[in-house]
Order: sequence, then structure tokens, then C-alpha cells
Amino acid sequence: MREKLGDLAGRHVTIVGDIAHSRVARSNIWGLRAVGAHVTVCGPRSMMPKRVEDLGVQVEYDLRRAVRDADVINVLRIQLERQGTNTFPGAREYSRLFGVSNEVLAGTKPECFVMHPGPMNRGIEIAAEVADGPRQVILQQVTNGVAVRMAVCYLLCGGAAQLEEEGRGTHPMPRAVSAIGA
Amino acid sequence: MRIDFESLPHEYVLVNGTLVDPASNYQGAGEIWVREGVIAEVRQGGPVAASPDVPRVDVAGIAIAPGFLDVHVHFREPGHEYKEDIETGCQSAVAGGFTGVVMMPNTEPPFDSAGVVESVLKRGRQVGLCDVFCAGALTQGRAGAKLAEYHDLKSAGVSTLTDDGSPVVNPALMRHALEHAAMLGLVVAAHSEDKALSAGGHMHEGYWSTHLGIPGIPSAAEELGVARDLILARETGAPIHIAHVSTRGALDVIRLAKQQWGVDVTAETAPHYLELTDRELVGYSPNLKMNPPLRTESDRQAVLEAVTDGTIDMIATDHAPHAPMEKDLEFEHAPFGVIGLETSFAVAHGQLVLSGKMPLVELVRCMTWAPARRFGLPGGRIEAGQAANFALLDPEARWQVLPQVLRSKSRNSPFLGRTLRGRVVATVYRGRVVHRAVPDIRRTVEVA
Repeated sequence: MREKLGDLAGRHVTIVGDIAHSRVARSNIWGLRAVGAHVTVCGPRSMMPKRVEDLGVQVEYDLRRAVRDADVINVLRIQLERQGTNTFPGAREYSRLFGVSNEVLAGTKPECFVMHPGPMNRGIEIAAEVADGPRQVILQQVTNGVAVRMAVCYLLCGGAAQLEEEGRGTHPMPRAVSAIGA
Repeated sequence: MRIDFESLPHEYVLVNGTLVDPASNYQGAGEIWVREGVIAEVRQGGPVAASPDVPRVDVAGIAIAPGFLDVHVHFREPGHEYKEDIETGCQSAVAGGFTGVVMMPNTEPPFDSAGVVESVLKRGRQVGLCDVFCAGALTQGRAGAKLAEYHDLKSAGVSTLTDDGSPVVNPALMRHALEHAAMLGLVVAAHSEDKALSAGGHMHEGYWSTHLGIPGIPSAAEELGVARDLILARETGAPIHIAHVSTRGALDVIRLAKQQWGVDVTAETAPHYLELTDRELVGYSPNLKMNPPLRTESDRQAVLEAVTDGTIDMIATDHAPHAPMEKDLEFEHAPFGVIGLETSFAVAHGQLVLSGKMPLVELVRCMTWAPARRFGLPGGRIEAGQAANFALLDPEARWQVLPQVLRSKSRNSPFLGRTLRGRVVATVYRGRVVHRAVPDIRRTVEVA
């Protein structure tokens, strides 16, 4: 997101999917709120965590409304088998209500782009035409993801201390993080 | 206080203490004459008629309550003795001022037959630190499919029936359990929970479970379970006891059942629901994980109010030991359960008495007379002829809950590290001191 948009303050990010069971959604919410972005979560009501709006996000059950002002759409993988407890009628209903297709993208800003943490269920939460189309950055996400994981491992294995010593210390934590959920 | 515990004689008089007797609603000066493990005489507001030869034991500054009775403890014997056994469970009990406990039947084998019950009761007598009673299982194997043999269990000496740990999922079976138990004069203690609603949850479902990313257990799981069981009790006319109440909604239904439906219902709550909320789970400590889970501040206030207004009749700890290797896991992998015998009085005292919500005698009623009367058990009275079972309390003493202080085999207390106010200074069972706190007790104990 930073690569394509620069400063994320004031930007609109919409996260679509099973918010309640998604670690991606939660860490996105924490991180994006910390840098001052607007976050909208969209997904089935039965998969929306309780009091999620208290994390400082907008809740929207209508996908087309949820993406209208979005700069970024982050599409989450749906795992209907995993739910097992009958949270949702099935893949067909899900794809009709929450599947991101070209028709859905037609109602978004032209510069809005699509992300997906992968692996993708083409045809369910994301249409093949979108997954393989010009509006997505999913392969770059994968590359960036590898680099970020390498950096995190490095920092956790003592690299942070080393950088401090060399005078190349990491940035201090943004103030906004500690305010979330207080 | 100058009790010389090493040589407490067979006959003595407790003087200068404050008698707290819920049965006669008395809290004030008085003396208690103990002889051969039995109360020979009690005099409220004056001296007993014992001769000057009988040694006087000066308990100035101490409140003398009947020994506490906990109707909900898990001592894990037989089957899981690495967590706790009857002996260490009783040591933990007397350390908390308890002279009576009712063991829950979710052992291995469970208390679903006379033989197991008899051997457990015998072991309790052998340990000899406090009265050990048993709850018989509602269903065979606690499997929720067939009724256990209540007559058999009653003959063996059970005090109540429950499948605690689990609800009886089939309402028709629960109905028949209530009917059969009522016919035999036994009160069913219900662990009321809708398992379909609570499935997959590890803490209260609310803002904090969302914040922490842990699947939640909605209040509705308890409320639906309680409503169901109370309606079945109403339907059958059977007496019922609701275990470990934690939500405002459940209390609303219990109040309705008591006041409008005419159901013979009593309810218990645990000390942790009086003091702690789901917010405490920031930090993901499994020592704060139990079922029902810690709820919201609104629920906590409702529970405190319910104890004050009598909707909740008694306090029971649901003492549930688990070995450190079991609890020291990621939150979602740790089992539910916390110990509570040794901190029960202090926590309840802080929340209910020190806060001004009720006098000490009322709290003591919740911990002695109310459970004794409901389940037909001895205790709860300081009266001539009763066994000399007392909890000697210093309501002012501060102490820190440190692992090395606890007598249980396990350490999974939600209050570890906290400083509590109100301490059981000593516990007397059949006239003998079976527990004393640190020998040189002072008003305020230095914290580490």
C-alpha cells in the first residue's frame, strides 16, 4: 500500500471477508489505524466480530457500498468448510454477495487496486478475471511479504539490537498504536 | 493473637473474638467453649459457664465464623491426581477456612456408582482435615445419555447430583433427571450451558475477545442454558441449584424464576466473577481462563448486586486445579479452570464487605449457612452440640498471593501476585487446628 500510495493517512482501505476468523484483518486494522487510514470491514454479519466498530472501523454489509470510496480493497480467503458450524449458506451465496468481480470494480475509483493475502479461491471471494487482471497487485504482495518476513526474523533474532549499536536504529512505535482499544 | 497451636488442649474457651453466626444473624462479642471437638457452649455478648480451669485462648482482633462450606470443588481424585488429590485438596480447603467441601464427579471413574462414592468419602475421612462430601453424577459416565442410579448414589451418601463440567445436552433427559432426583429428595446442581453456542469459544464474546483475537463464548450460551433448566424445573416442580452464575441475563431469569414462577431455585457464583472481568485477559494469561469465562463490568456489577439482594444465595469456588504444564500453553490450548479455595474469603470480603455492600455476617452466611441448609449438610452454625469447626479470620490483614504460599498441588490462581485484604488466620476442625497462616502474623504482612 505504501509503495503505491505513499502516506496512508486519510486513505480508505476496505477489507472484505471472514473478519472474525482473520488474523490478516485484525493486524491490518491495527496497522492501518495506527498510520491514520480509514478502514471499512465488509463481510457476512455472522462472520463479523462483536463490537468490531470499537476498534475504530466502519462496518458495511453491502460490498458495493463498502468499496465505493476505497483506495485499496483487501480480499480475504473464505474457508467455508472450516467454519463447519453453519455460519454461511455456502460458496455460491458468498460469491454473489461478497465476491470481488469486474462488475464490482466498475463501481470503484479507477486508481483503486485489489490485494489478497492468498492463497486465492478463484470464483468465490475473487473472480478469476480480477485475480489475473490489471487492477491487482497480488504477486507483488507475495514478493513484499517474503521481504517483510525476512526483516521481522532478522529484527527478532537480535538484529534490532545490532542496528541500535550501529546507529541505524528502528523507528519508534507510532503513538496511535497504544491508543487503539484503550 | 496468641494461639499456641502446638499444644491446643482438648478443652478450651475462645475469648475476646468476634462471633459471626449467620444462623442466628449475630455478629458481635462472645465466647465459645470447645470440648472434645464439639461446641459445649456459646454465649453471645458474655462469658460461658466454664470453670476457671478450662484454658482461655485469646483471639482478640479475630472474627470467628463457622468453617466455610464449598459446594463446588474439583479434587481430581480418582484419575487425575497429578493436578490435585483429596489430601492436597483438603489442605487447600482448610487453608481457605473451609471445613466442608463437596467434590464434583468429573473424575475418572466418575462418581456415578456407589463404589466410587464410598471409596472417595472414606478417603476424605482418612485425610481427616475437613468434611468431604460428594456430588453424584446425573448420567452414567457423565455421558449425557442415560440416567445414573440416584438411589444407589444416595445410599452411598451423595449430597447432590450434577454432571458438572458439562451440561445435560438433551432437555428431555434433563427433565427426567430433575424428576427422578426430586422423587428421592436430592437437589440437582445444574451446569447450565448451551454447548452449540459456546462451541469454539475460549473467553467471553465481546469487545475484548475481538480486541484480543480469541473466539468468544457469548453470554447467550449461559443464559439459554439457565433459562432452559429453570423452565424444566418449573415444569417438573423439582428443586434446582444453578452453578457458577456469571451473566446479568442469567440473573434476570433466576430472579424471574424465584419471584414469579415459584421455582425452588438457589444459585451460586464464584469469587472470580465478583472481582475480575474480560478486560483482565489482555496479556493472555491462561490462569484467567475458566468456564463460564470472566464477563464484562456490567455483568460483574450484576453479580455483586445479586449476592447482595439474595438472588445469588451462596459462594462456591469451582476450585479447578490443573498442572502447570497444562496451563502454561497458548491461551486457546490451555484447559478451562482456576483454583480458588485459598483466596475465596479474601476476594469475596474485599468486594462485598470492605466495599460496604454487606456486613461480614452476610458474607459468612453465603459461605456457610446457605450452602449447608440447601444441601442438607452440617455446618453454618455456632451452636452448642455442633462440631467445633471454625474459620478464624483477620478481616484487616493484607497478604500477597504467592505460589509458595498456596497449599494446592496446582498454581493456576487468577490472583497470583495480587495483595488481598482479609485472611484466614487459622482453621479449626473438630476442635483441632488444621491450618494456620504464617506463625508470627501481624496486622499487615510485608509483601515480597
